[in-house]
Amino acid sequence: MIAPRRFASALAALLAATVAPAVAQDMAITNARLVIGDGSAPIEGGTVVVRGGKVVAAGAGVSVPAGVPVTDAGGKWVTPGLVVAVTDLGLIDVGAVDESNDEEAKKARFSAALDIAPAINPLAQPIAVSRAGGVTRAAVAPLSTASIFEGQGAVIDLGADPNAVTTARAFQYVELGEGGAELSGGSRIAAVAELRNALGEARELAAAPAGSRRDDVLLNRSDAQALVPVVTGRQPLFVHVERAADIRMALALRAEFPQLRLVIVGATEGWMVAGELAAAGVPVLATPLNDLPARFEQLGATQSNVGRMAKAGVKVSLGAFFDQPRYAPQYAGNLVALTRVPGATGLSWDQAFAAISSGPAEAIGMGDRFGSLRPGHAGDVVIWDGDPLEVTSGVLKVYIDGVEQPLSNHQTRLRDRYAKPLTSDLPKAYDW
Amino acid sequence: MGRMIRSIAGAAALVTTLCAPGAILAKDKKKEDSAAVKAARDFDKNPYPSTYKPYPGAPTALVGATVFDGAGGRIDGGTVLFADGKVVGVGGADLAIPAGYTRIDGRGKFVTPGIIDAHSHLGVYASPAVQAQSDGNEMTDPTTPEVWAEHSVWPQDPGFSRAMANGGVTALQVLPGSGNLMGGRSVTLKNVYARTIQGMKFPGAPYGLKMACGENPKRVYGAKGRMPSTRMGNFAVNREMWIKAQEYRRKRDEGKLESRDLAMETLAGVLDGEILIQNHCYKAEEMALVIDMAREAGYKVSMFHHAVEAYKIGDLLKENDICSAVWADWWGFKMEAYDAIPENAGLLYKAGACVVIHSDDENGIQRLNQEAAKAQGDARRIGIDVPDAEVIRWLTLNPAKAIGIDKLTGSLAEGKAADVVLWNGNPLSVYSRPEKVWVDGALLFDAQNPGRRPVSDFELGQSGEGDVK
Repeated sequence: MIAPRRFASALAALLAATVAPAVAQDMAITNARLVIGDGSAPIEGGTVVVRGGKVVAAGAGVSVPAGVPVTDAGGKWVTPGLVVAVTDLGLIDVGAVDESNDEEAKKARFSAALDIAPAINPLAQPIAVSRAGGVTRAAVAPLSTASIFEGQGAVIDLGADPNAVTTARAFQYVELGEGGAELSGGSRIAAVAELRNALGEARELAAAPAGSRRDDVLLNRSDAQALVPVVTGRQPLFVHVERAADIRMALALRAEFPQLRLVIVGATEGWMVAGELAAAGVPVLATPLNDLPARFEQLGATQSNVGRMAKAGVKVSLGAFFDQPRYAPQYAGNLVALTRVPGATGLSWDQAFAAISSGPAEAIGMGDRFGSLRPGHAGDVVIWDGDPLEVTSGVLKVYIDGVEQPLSNHQTRLRDRYAKPLTSDLPKAYDW
Repeated sequence: MGRMIRSIAGAAALVTTLCAPGAILAKDKKKEDSAAVKAARDFDKNPYPSTYKPYPGAPTALVGATVFDGAGGRIDGGTVLFADGKVVGVGGADLAIPAGYTRIDGRGKFVTPGIIDAHSHLGVYASPAVQAQSDGNEMTDPTTPEVWAEHSVWPQDPGFSRAMANGGVTALQVLPGSGNLMGGRSVTLKNVYARTIQGMKFPGAPYGLKMACGENPKRVYGAKGRMPSTRMGNFAVNREMWIKAQEYRRKRDEGKLESRDLAMETLAGVLDGEILIQNHCYKAEEMALVIDMAREAGYKVSMFHHAVEAYKIGDLLKENDICSAVWADWWGFKMEAYDAIPENAGLLYKAGACVVIHSDDENGIQRLNQEAAKAQGDARRIGIDVPDAEVIRWLTLNPAKAIGIDKLTGSLAEGKAADVVLWNGNPLSVYSRPEKVWVDGALLFDAQNPGRRPVSDFELGQSGEGDVK
């Protein structure tokens, strides 16, 4: 009975969002403690200029062209927007409410062909809440299906407009390790067999001009077709592995399928194979603070994992933390904290910030489009009320493609209502 | 409360005979009492007693640090003295240091009481989280007040060491899960590895009873096709249990019990005020109903856990002297968490209600200080300034009070346990970590000395044994 009403209110909200102009803008922020996000040190008294939605200049001594609206940051921290890779943003309203959750497709008849882009809901509250936390871009992955191939993820922006998807079918996601074993029949052996067969069928399909196939294939045509860009290196393959041996096994796939563009996700024991990861030049999206043997594939867990990989030259950044994207700065800050712990290995502040901005952008193949304030990158800019990696700090303003974003959401509206006295002459329901 | 329990437990039979309600009547009818009646009335309330003994420690003087005493006090350039497991003195630079004390330079550093997590599942949901070690929810009946968390705790959970090394946690309440309306008894532990669970039990800590509102019990039992499958079913099942418990207690006091009943003993213990109610409850309207149910049945709720909507009823919680154990900003993972806001703790503080920051998580327990700092920042942004020393109380004296150990620990006061953390910076910063942790005056973690880094049995011979975690 409530469905029609819910639809009507959703429609109204969608129309409201459509009315708001989504045009890219010109803007400039001056007098900033400016973080470029590429691993360089913050710049005092910095300026960033955005024209047509893209950064045209950022640094000290940058002048603002006439006619560009200027915001004086008053010495506050200004950074690129945060980039969070491997999330469920836009796929879920409430995790445990199945009807609102498009992350799971346990009974799906397709696997690699699954394409999450059409399911992204730009109005989902988690997007609004994450935006208010300074997150401007995300790589969204399906995480739970009926096969080791979870399907094709998308890169989205978190702007308050209907056009969330930056790149659809941006990567394929495969589950190996303990999770892959379970999905493929109960053993890593089965998972590897399934993976090799699938990539093999895709390669055969790619080589067959008329698209003809053997009559003993296991994959349906859609799934096999979806793996063609993976096996030919046109689409990255995100591989979720935690154990050192599983990381080696993933890297070894390239001997048989040399064109694979691997991205390792999770990598709790990455520090144990850091040399091999560095030599392979494979990007790693590491879950930041795992330090417990939560699974047998994570026995070597330590918070120093990311720092040790970085020191060994691995292209490592933070991602795959499977909780709220707005926690990214806290995770990065903790890695800085490790630099003061005897025997631990962390990241410098500059490295740590890059690990939640340009690092993940590069890992997801978007390093030339956003993630830092280098000229030509998207005008995704955040003004903070303090050190962005410090847990007591908060976000003052967010721009995406140069457009200032609304920061209100369900949480801020509740906050505003209940920050006032709990009783008054009318029920709370009339205060909105 | 803690001491009362200890005295009762220490001499259960004697105390019951002399002091328990109905004892006079029972004494008069002594000849009529059957063995069964005696067993049901005079049972040992502490059959798995703590064997924890403090480890040796040197008399220590922490000098020159910023001291947050856990009770809202702050001393810049303070001095903290402890010896023989107890706090000896807390003061300024002028506090005299007795002879024989080891002096530790705390300049530029911070001192707090040991962090206390009032909501943990370490040991009952241990790492690795394999099915064989999933011992936190006895989900075969919606009410299981007869089960005790201590019978599930694995004392070799690697999580205990991380909670100490990264979170400065010195004491924790381990609870059964929230699948049941009445999940069973909690156990409060010293965060000190031992060969047995008795060796970790916090001497003198009262038991708690874990209860749960809302989605979990009705989902678990609704799926089994049995009651409760609704929120109203949740309340009906609870109320029936409390009626039975009242009847049981009346019979007990009249010497009419014929046999022991473990479930009823726990509930009667709640009605006697000896066992504290620790109630998982997210939503404002459910917390208000639980407050009335408690009044109807004759008990008091000590703390609502998770309490994501506590900010909507801060006045009610203050009026009823109930603490709220909250996360800083967990949100939206289930329907009953949809109205969670990061300003929850700040608004509760402003309302004058008791705030506790809890983890419910083997990772979160390592960062309770950061969670509190996040809540402080979110409060400040809506004009609620909570001083650092008050925020530290959310992690120390307030949880101690809510689990009934505030006379023993939770603040740096003369005569209390020397549960102390020396931090390498302000604990309300993401950049700070524990440098040294003492439990009852014994140095059990030292970031500068790998020999003072606990390694559980499970991790021996594994990758990363003894690694900095």
